[in-house]
Amino acid sequence: MNRRDAIGRVALLMGGTIIGAEFFLSGCKPTASKVEDLFGADDVAFFNEVGDTIIPETNTPGAKTVNIGNFMAIMVRDCYKPEDQKIFLTAKDNINKQSKKQFGKDFVNCDIKQRTAVLNTLDVEQKEYNKHKDKKAPNHYFRMVKELTLLGYFTSEPGCTKALRYVAIPGKYEGDVPYKKGDRAWATR
Amino acid sequence: MLKDTVNINGKAKADNTYDAIVIGSGISGGWAAKELTEKGLKTIMLERGRNYEHLKDYKTATKDPWEFEHRGSITQAQAKQHPIIARGWGANEQIIDKWANDVDAPYTEVKPFNWWRAYQLGGRSQLWGRQSYRWSDHDFEANAKDGWAIDWPIRYADLKPWYDYVEKFAGISGSMEGLEQLPDGHFLPPMQMNVVEKDVARRIKEKYKGSRHMIIGRTANLTAAIPGRTACQFRNRCWEGCPFGGYFSTQSSTLPAAVATGNLTVRPFSIVTKIIYDKNTQKATGVEVLDAETNQTYEYHAKIVFVNASALNSAWVLMNSATDVWEGGLGSSSGELGHNVMDHHYNVGASGVVEGFEDKYVYGRRANGIYIPRFTNLFGDKRDYLRGFGYQGSANRDDWSRDVAEMQFGTGYKEALTEPGIWRMGMTGFGELLPYHENKVSLDKNKKDKWGLPVLAMDAELKDNEQKMRVDMLSEAKAMLESAGVKDIKTWNNGHHIGDGIHEMGTARMGRDPKTSVLNGHNQVWDAKNVFVTDGASMTSSACQNPSLTYMALTARAADYAVSELKKGNI
Repeated sequence: MNRRDAIGRVALLMGGTIIGAEFFLSGCKPTASKVEDLFGADDVAFFNEVGDTIIPETNTPGAKTVNIGNFMAIMVRDCYKPEDQKIFLTAKDNINKQSKKQFGKDFVNCDIKQRTAVLNTLDVEQKEYNKHKDKKAPNHYFRMVKELTLLGYFTSEPGCTKALRYVAIPGKYEGDVPYKKGDRAWATR
Repeated sequence: MLKDTVNINGKAKADNTYDAIVIGSGISGGWAAKELTEKGLKTIMLERGRNYEHLKDYKTATKDPWEFEHRGSITQAQAKQHPIIARGWGANEQIIDKWANDVDAPYTEVKPFNWWRAYQLGGRSQLWGRQSYRWSDHDFEANAKDGWAIDWPIRYADLKPWYDYVEKFAGISGSMEGLEQLPDGHFLPPMQMNVVEKDVARRIKEKYKGSRHMIIGRTANLTAAIPGRTACQFRNRCWEGCPFGGYFSTQSSTLPAAVATGNLTVRPFSIVTKIIYDKNTQKATGVEVLDAETNQTYEYHAKIVFVNASALNSAWVLMNSATDVWEGGLGSSSGELGHNVMDHHYNVGASGVVEGFEDKYVYGRRANGIYIPRFTNLFGDKRDYLRGFGYQGSANRDDWSRDVAEMQFGTGYKEALTEPGIWRMGMTGFGELLPYHENKVSLDKNKKDKWGLPVLAMDAELKDNEQKMRVDMLSEAKAMLESAGVKDIKTWNNGHHIGDGIHEMGTARMGRDPKTSVLNGHNQVWDAKNVFVTDGASMTSSACQNPSLTYMALTARAADYAVSELKKGNI
């Protein structure tokens, strides 16, 4: 995002900036060097299921197809501040806690309807939390999960080229092009 | 390409004597090198950072979004090396390596100051926003008319032929508007406003009865090919370096021209630590260079020195020069060296929702937006502050990063995000900052950089005039959007730390009197007539238009003067 885009998109980006993506404090040390230090294979698999509930396979690939769990692991390992890493690492337990509360079982043992209900509950919770959140207060773990799912999916190759439209070299700019409902959005701008 | 054709003087040569030395290789340094070499001067261009080759070093420029591991985010390790850049929007995976390492080259913030530096060949010409506007006599006469600071020693008429000259070579696209405060130039065809921008522009024109104008931005992107360069392909990835040479940078434009003369030598990793001054002749004889890789010191000699290290670093070089004659350095006899730091203040504006264009979209990615030229304190308008501001902005449809508030996760949610959202029109002001003597940079001799050199201490802030202007910048943005039928308008005034405009100016200003200025009307240091400073340091006021085009014109003009003076034996 260059300066002009930053200007045009102030107050967008889901009401803020992607957590961890832009505003860093100086001098923080990465706490882990390998994805495996933070995430096991079962964690990656778990977040693939979570991501695929948010962005399922339709006539285009879903978030699991792009290995969204692995993307989350890379982003949290490399780009998140230690305090945000800690919060993210509570996500799995918290999501399971919620699914137990609603349906008496772990998230992955729920069917797709139940999974969707669990995540929708958590989304309402994170939105409510964010509405009243002090700037310096910790981020909500589910907001991180949701943001990374959307970012990872819509910037992936299937996300850009199948779910959205992508042209590497447009060659021209036209500012008045017909649009009809159902036409896909451009992947980049 | 560069390697084969440029004489890279990597290590010290026996013969370190040239006709001219250019310190810095950014927008103004590149222009100085081009002009001096084309006039036949054997010239060495010194760049403190690494070599950076056109095309070859644009390593990310043709990658697709999914090829970036962090999809544009920087890592914590990178943030640690770039704590200043990490404060803002410039911290991106694609270009983080093009920003200077803030840890190697620290500075002192007496007051908060965001200094965006690019230390490689081409400097910030690689990364710049490319908006290119002429200044007018409303700007050059402003100080004199307001009785503020000192008068510019030049007027628009002095610079007009040089604006013509640099625009023709650099390639600026734009529309002819006939506005007194924003003179027309030699433009390539304008880019298009999109359908929403056109509608907003029409409504603003109606509402303000032609006294306010929303025009397409004037930008150094080629809307038609020019010799040696391909037209802009509307990828909007300029700052990664353009594989088509579609925008003006040192590498795409001035460097190849300078190289073609056979008169240019480029020396990367060359930190100029001082200009060598001969008090008998009252002229510079050359510069001292610290090799950034080996820490060895070298001297280069020349008849002319052009200082184009960027506003603050140019002041730094002068402060470290001729200290045996003037404690504060070359140009400090005026008492103004390092003072009058200016920038453009922004981070204030408004945006809102535009309805009625749901059946419209765009094709291509336009690396440009709209521009609303200054209208305050002009043509009879009077405000409770001096000077004014322009707006930059654009209209776009929301993308997947919007929230789809009432939607349940799953198929419907996904489908909704694969379609474009509502149209929004947003704009932010770029405001003029007055020159204040007390806004200054100075040497902090207690802090050293990686090379053991003293660093700059920044002590500058917005004052009452700017704060009042910002209130107006916000309310006028809101009012104009309202008048254009824009709904659900949100405004912001997020404050501004000097430097964030990346338009640092004023630290070695031009003037008519050596007692109150560092440079004369030809950008010549009063105290050393063969030293010319033609970057942002030379500005006497800041106007509110993006300044780079003016640096280009000043540099070409000063180079022409320097060579004619040299031929006459005057320097």
